Amino acid sequence: MKDEPGFRRRFAALFRKEVRQMLRDKSNLAVGLLLPVMLILLFGYGLSFDVPSAPVAVVLEDSSPSSRDFAAGLQGSRYLAPAWVSDMTEAEKLMRAGKVDAIVRFPADFSRRLAPGNAHIQLLLNGVDSTTASAVEGYVGGAIGSWSQRQLDRLGGSSASGGSVVVVQRMWFNEAGNSTWYLVPGLLVLVLTLIGAFLTSLLIAREWERGTLESLFVTPVRPLELVLAKLAPYMGVGIINVVTCLLAARLLFKVPIRGSLWVIVIASILYLVVSLLLGLLISGVARSQFKASQMALLASFMPAMMLSGFVFDLRNVPVVIQIVSQVLPATHFMSLIKTLFLAGDDWAQILRNCTILLLYVAVLTLATTRTLRKSLD
Amino acid sequence: MSAFVDAFWQIAALIRKELLAIVKDPASRVILFAPALMQALLFGYGATYDLTNVPYAVLDQSRGAASVELLARLDGTGVFHRVATLASPRQIANVIDANDALMVLSIPSDFENLLATGQQAPVQVILDGRNSSTAGAAAGYVGSIVTDYNNERSGAGGVTIERRAWYNPNLESRWNLMPAMIAALSMLQTLLLAALSVAREREQGTFDQLLVTPLTPMQILIGKALPSILIGLIQSTIIFLVIRFWFQIPMNGSVWLMYGGLLMFNCAAVGIGLSISALSLSMQQAMLYAFLLIMPLMLLSGLLTPVRNMPAILQLATYVNPLRFGVSIVRRVYLEGAGLADVAVDFIPLLAVAAVTMPLSAWLFRNRLA
Repeated sequence: MKDEPGFRRRFAALFRKEVRQMLRDKSNLAVGLLLPVMLILLFGYGLSFDVPSAPVAVVLEDSSPSSRDFAAGLQGSRYLAPAWVSDMTEAEKLMRAGKVDAIVRFPADFSRRLAPGNAHIQLLLNGVDSTTASAVEGYVGGAIGSWSQRQLDRLGGSSASGGSVVVVQRMWFNEAGNSTWYLVPGLLVLVLTLIGAFLTSLLIAREWERGTLESLFVTPVRPLELVLAKLAPYMGVGIINVVTCLLAARLLFKVPIRGSLWVIVIASILYLVVSLLLGLLISGVARSQFKASQMALLASFMPAMMLSGFVFDLRNVPVVIQIVSQVLPATHFMSLIKTLFLAGDDWAQILRNCTILLLYVAVLTLATTRTLRKSLD
Repeated sequence: MSAFVDAFWQIAALIRKELLAIVKDPASRVILFAPALMQALLFGYGATYDLTNVPYAVLDQSRGAASVELLARLDGTGVFHRVATLASPRQIANVIDANDALMVLSIPSDFENLLATGQQAPVQVILDGRNSSTAGAAAGYVGSIVTDYNNERSGAGGVTIERRAWYNPNLESRWNLMPAMIAALSMLQTLLLAALSVAREREQGTFDQLLVTPLTPMQILIGKALPSILIGLIQSTIIFLVIRFWFQIPMNGSVWLMYGGLLMFNCAAVGIGLSISALSLSMQQAMLYAFLLIMPLMLLSGLLTPVRNMPAILQLATYVNPLRFGVSIVRRVYLEGAGLADVAVDFIPLLAVAAVTMPLSAWLFRNRLA
């Protein structure tokens, strides 16, 4: 341990330099501190998968009381905003212009075929936005279904053929099925990925480009010290972000935090280290700021947003994509953090995912110091 | 006339130099075109809201013919896969907490009896709400299966809904997401590329040299803008080809109109990039500011969630977002087969953004010297 004071002195000097460099450039802090706040507000308020009442054109080609009554049933759904339209031509025009999401058409023979029990309603959906279209289909189906049920009851029920099955639905962890609750915990993952990979990826690349890294090599500084000194200031920024995200989730969006706060904080710091290291690795490999920024964008942000289970459910993707997503550290942290926020402490999962993250820390530390050492030749 | 020809060759030389600066390094070449291809494939498969696999568990305490029939219908969809058959209600929490099942169907012991005596027989559906979209979709699916089941039992037939979906017959979310990617994925890189172009020269000190050449700021602007626009269009083409021929999503509109929209969109995006570049003092700043902007542009574009679902104030903000209109033009031309008259109005914001940012950056070239 003779070397200990030397290490401490060198680290302190490097650390001071990195902190100064970080504080001097406003753009750094803008991304480090402003971007997370911006993302929190955008995701919390801007993105919503909850379809608000969808505009639907209703065409009554049959003006009998029963079809009117039926159509009125659509109005009962709080998810639909029906508008009566005189004929199909007009309805189609509205749909082509994107003014309505669907057309519900009651054909001329609707009431005549209602009694024998083979009446049809035509539902035309605008498939350009397939998610909304599917939701609207469900709402229309639900409205019609409950109307039929009421109609049946009014006719004295059909006890001869037996009762009916009713679904009692309970959504655990998110009783209201609110998409903000589902997106906001994932924000922590996104923010930490961005801070880490994007800010740090430029660090070493810049020194390569300017030649200052080579001057460092003639000093007694060792690669690991360099890595640590570069990581430390951004650790600080990252921890500020963890706190911001947690506060926003709790106070702004009222997302419950059911798991223990300490586990969330520790897991977040672990992931922060992974993502900072990933940025440094990119930085060391790319050696130019342009390449580093491109690689960081491609390796971190897009996959974290698209393939980690943040927005899209990984259960629905092909096996190959599942394998790709399992390689991403973001996926493991994402599933852990969503569980910790909404479900609570699941120790089996906490242990498994934290071990995976620790493995990434080890592998990435090794790889990063190696890219720096190799350059000495 | 010869002045005009000279001006042309001057710009051509600058463009050639810019392109060389971007693609001279083999690694940079790869990074400009390979990721577009890779992301188109990955996201084509990965970015889906469609329900294809719902692992579920059953707690059947009635064990009658009716519950067996109901479960058979669920399994028959091919979407629901039974992963566990539970013996007691205490096990429900375990399978859901551990992520083994997305849904538990609990059928009480009096289910058969209630049905036979003409009463309402409740089935409990417990869903994992950690992913509320998937849970909601699964619940909707179960609901429609039960409705069908009831209709058949009551024999009334009732009212059937004939569904038809325009532009996307099977309502696949890939059809809706991928055309938008033609614009979105290329923007990521072109905006950064443009943002770096001037900043790099500033950092290396060559921009001052460029300013003392006979080139006018307008010529510098064109020389800087065109290579990025070109690369953006090539990336869009790669993504377009993957979508059209690999994923076989049919194109209903005119390819020319789509490219017209993409060209205009790229002009607007590159204009923003160049303005950032002219404002930044270093590459690092240019990149970070570009990145700061890319995020809201992506999120407020209607790519992932419809613009209509956003609060009014954010909807207003989307009017200055070129990606919103780029996505809209590509989606509508590609899927709906929209003609020029339908999408012309989307060109206006793009034109406006380009008309403001391009001259602004040309002016900044001269008036902001580091």
